[in-house]
Order: sequence, then structure tokens, then C-alpha cells
Amino acid sequence: MESNLSWREYVITRAIRASGYSAVVFVALIFYFLLREGLPALTEVPLGDLFSLRWYPIEKYFGILPLITGSLIVTIGAGLVAVPFGVGTAIFISEIAPRWAREILKPLVELLGGLPSVVLGFLGILVLSPALREMLNLPTGLTALTGSLLLGGIAVPTIVSIAEDALDSVPRAYRDAALALGATRWQTIWRVTLPAAKSGVLTAIMLGVGRSIGETMTVMMVTGNAPVLAATPLALFSPVRTMTATIAAEMGEVASGSVHYHTLFFIGIILFLISLIVNITASSVVFQSKKRAERVLS
Amino acid sequence: MKRAFSLDRNLSQRLGFGLASLIAVMTVTPIVIVIIYIIYQGGGAISWEFLSGFPHDGMRQGGIFPAIIGTFYLTMGTAAFSVPLGIAAAIYLSEYAAENWLTRLIRLAIINLSGIPSVVYGLFGLGLFVFFLQFGTSILSASLTLSIMTLPVIISTSEEALRSVPQSFRTVSISLGATRWQTIQRIVLPEALPGIITGVILGLERAAGETAPILFTGAAFFLPQLPGSPFDATMALPYHLFVISTQVPEMPFQVQYGTALVLLSFVLVMNLIATVIRSRARARRQW
Repeated sequence: MESNLSWREYVITRAIRASGYSAVVFVALIFYFLLREGLPALTEVPLGDLFSLRWYPIEKYFGILPLITGSLIVTIGAGLVAVPFGVGTAIFISEIAPRWAREILKPLVELLGGLPSVVLGFLGILVLSPALREMLNLPTGLTALTGSLLLGGIAVPTIVSIAEDALDSVPRAYRDAALALGATRWQTIWRVTLPAAKSGVLTAIMLGVGRSIGETMTVMMVTGNAPVLAATPLALFSPVRTMTATIAAEMGEVASGSVHYHTLFFIGIILFLISLIVNITASSVVFQSKKRAERVLS
Repeated sequence: MKRAFSLDRNLSQRLGFGLASLIAVMTVTPIVIVIIYIIYQGGGAISWEFLSGFPHDGMRQGGIFPAIIGTFYLTMGTAAFSVPLGIAAAIYLSEYAAENWLTRLIRLAIINLSGIPSVVYGLFGLGLFVFFLQFGTSILSASLTLSIMTLPVIISTSEEALRSVPQSFRTVSISLGATRWQTIQRIVLPEALPGIITGVILGLERAAGETAPILFTGAAFFLPQLPGSPFDATMALPYHLFVISTQVPEMPFQVQYGTALVLLSFVLVMNLIATVIRSRARARRQW
């Protein structure tokens, strides 16, 4: 009985340990399979052609620059929307709102985070893009701008929740000291609390905006799917095609093992590396140690 | 005084507070409008026939039953893999892991998993499950892909729940002669359960609404009958909404809004359950 028990405990402990390592295994597996299916693109498509300006796979043009600029312009637009709204809402929820308002606002923002992106894309097609077309007098409402607005909305919940945590963790004593010195509540927020939470707020912005480059469905549905180089900010008002949308739209129709297939996986490698860089930077030592310093100071 | 106030301090206070309130209201209002609008537009489409019938006339008529069932299968399939694995990983991180480089690597991997674009998960699922393991375009492949995507949410929320159980509970249990696993199983897990369930539901909610990871791993445009085994492809609500709002010309609005409403209800109900469990557990907590 006794030995039976310890044998069971041994097995369970082993299983738990193995599950603990699983996340590392999965990241490695994902990277391996992207490389395995995507790297052949480098030998099949000359590098000069790969980083050229024309994406037209049927005619064997595999230039991914228009897709990269498409992703960039939509993401930058999303950042312009999400940063003020995200940080502003976080400040309001954490520092200004009375308790009852907080209890209403927080679940609502969480709800936005839970809305399926395909629902937002659907409303983008039916409601937002016709409205924008009328308002701005554009030939089509399916533009980078439409994508940016919706993507900004998707990034907001991430920014709010992380930035709010950061603001919350600023020691009470900082605020009390500022108020005791005669600062108004707003001056305290703007000159004391927000600067003290700077690293956390930056992490929030990085994760919110950085991750929105990987958003797929909404962007595919509302940005018009035109693989045209977005060279100037004016491209915001015309259709574009992002990296994610290209993979989602075309992978279903390519033969496995073809040049086109490998190139789509190659785009996947780029997206994977971007997300790796964003996430590692956001959780990097620089940010962490600053946070710890703030806690020690309290 | 180096930094002269160009604005009257009370005025700046009022402006700042006003601006922040305005931003918060402007952020939240569209969410409320979106939900009310979808309920208003889609409510008329909801009928027993719509919920229990098959689509016909190129999806323009009939119901969305196979898509509802498909999303249910996919969510259950995702749960079957990600819940045991995620909770076990959370137990490891909270109860066993030492603070060393390996644990830091695991945490970094979890953060990265949660940031990988959903369409890249789709590519990975296509490469590993569909082609390499030859599961084909199937419920199995799609569920496995979704579970890896859901894993970080489940791990991090469950770990938080486990960590919030006071250390003294463990100490007492061990001092009474219980083994480490007995302590976890009988003391720590029951206390952390509401938090874990909340995390699981939030993770599954995300999986149920996702489209990109199942695009090439298990979703079917249209199927005349329900999937018969985990190796069949399936229709799914989010993919169906995508199809009928972009691929089918002259689609009646009501069917589109009705589908959006059903998908939204799925998500809202799961969200509500999670919120209720969390707040009830908080109210009951005695330490």
C-alpha cells in the first residue's frame, strides 16, 4: 500500500513536470514546422524577387514588400487609435472613476477583448466601411483606415488591462506625498503616478500594438485585399493587404509543397519572429527590473 | 519655479478629468452599441428552424445547426487537450518549479505562445497535424491547434488561482503527514478551483470564436451532414459567419446578423458564467 502510493505520486509528479515543459516544446515545434515548410522558399525564389514590389502568385511574382508595408500601415494606424484610448481608459478606471463606474467599465472592456474578430470584421463590412466611404468620399470603404480603426479596438483591452495593473501597483505613498504637497489630483496623475508606472504602460502599448500586427480575420475582411505598396501615409485611405490576410486568404487554395505554399509559410516565419521580438522585449529585464525598483522604493 | 503653470491648476484638473472620462466613455460606448445592434438586427432571424435546421439555397435559407454543433465539438475537443495539460502546467509552475533559468524559459515560452498570431497557429496546425501526422483536415487537427493556442490563457490564470491559496494551507497539510501531491489534490486544487474554472472558460471562449487557426486545419465551407468522427472536417460558427459575409453574394442580412448573434451569445454566455463564478468565489473567500 505504502509503496503503491509513492509509485502513484512518482508518476503524477513526472506527468506534471512534463506538462510544465510543454510550452517550451510547443514554441520549438511551431518554429521548427514554420522553418521546415517556409525555408525552401529562399531557394526557390531569388532573394531579390522575394523582397520586390509585386505580389501576384499566379504569375509567379512573390514580392512580399507590399504585404509588409500593408501590415505596417494598418498596425501604425491601429496604434494611433489604441494608445490614447487604451491609456486614457486605464487612467480613468484606475485613478479617477468612482467604484460603481469601475465595476461597469472593467467587464465591458473585457467583453471587447472577448468579441470574436470575425464579428468585428462582419460589422466592419456592413456598417463601418459604408459609413467611412460616405464620410470621407472614398471610392471604397474597404481601406487600411477601416482596418486600423477596428484593429485599434481589438488592441484596447490588452492595453487597458496591463496599463491599469501598472498604475495600480504604484505605491499609495507616492500619491499621498504629491497631494500633501498641494498638487491637484490631475497633477498627481500626470506628473507622479503615470511617470512612475511608465515601464508598465510601455509594456502595455508594446503588447497591445505589437500583437495587433498578427490579427487576421478582421483585417482580411475590411482592408480590401489589394497587395499594393503602401509607400505614403495616404495609403491609409486605399485598400491594402496585410501579411496575415495573405496567408489566410491564399493558403486554402495552394498545392502543398508548391513555391506559393512555401512562400506563405515564409511569411509565417516573419510573423513568428516579429511576435517573438515584441514579446521578449516586453517581458525583458529592462522593464522587469524597473518595476522591481518601484516596488522596493515603496 | 522652473516649470511655470501655464494653466490654472483647477482648470487643468477639470480638463484632464474631463478628457479621461470622455475617452473612457468613447471606448465603452461602441462595445455596448455593437452588442445591442447585433441583438436588434439578428433577433428576428432566431427561430427554432434557424437553430436546428441545415442551410440550403447556397446558405441563403434554412438554419445554421451544423455550424453550432461544429463549434460545440471544436470547443469540447479543445478542452479535452488544453484543460488537463494547462492545469498540470500551472500546478508545475506554482507548486514545483524552482526560480531558475528553466522556469524563466517556460514563462517566456508561455508569453510567446500567447502572442503568436492566430493565423500562424493555423500554419503550424497544417504543417504538423494535417500533413505530418496525417490527421487530415479534421476536428482533431483543428482542436489540437486551438488547444495549443488556448494553453497560455489556461496556464496563466490557473497559476494565479493556485498561487492565491495561502502558503500556510500547504504547510499545515504537509506537517500533518500528507505528501506533496496529496496536499495539492486535496487542499490546494479545491481552493483554487473557481479561479481555474474561470480561466478555463475564458480560454475556451477565445477558442470558440477563433477562425484563422481552423481555416486550413478543420473548417468546412458547407457539409450536407454532421461530422461522424473526429477525423471529419466540420462547419463552425465563426468560419460560417466569415463565409456568408464575404463569399456568398446576395446574402440576406438577417441570416448574417442572426449568425453573428448566435456566435456572440456563445461568447457572452461563457463570459457571463466566468464572471459569476469569479465574483461568487471572491465573496465566499474566507482568508
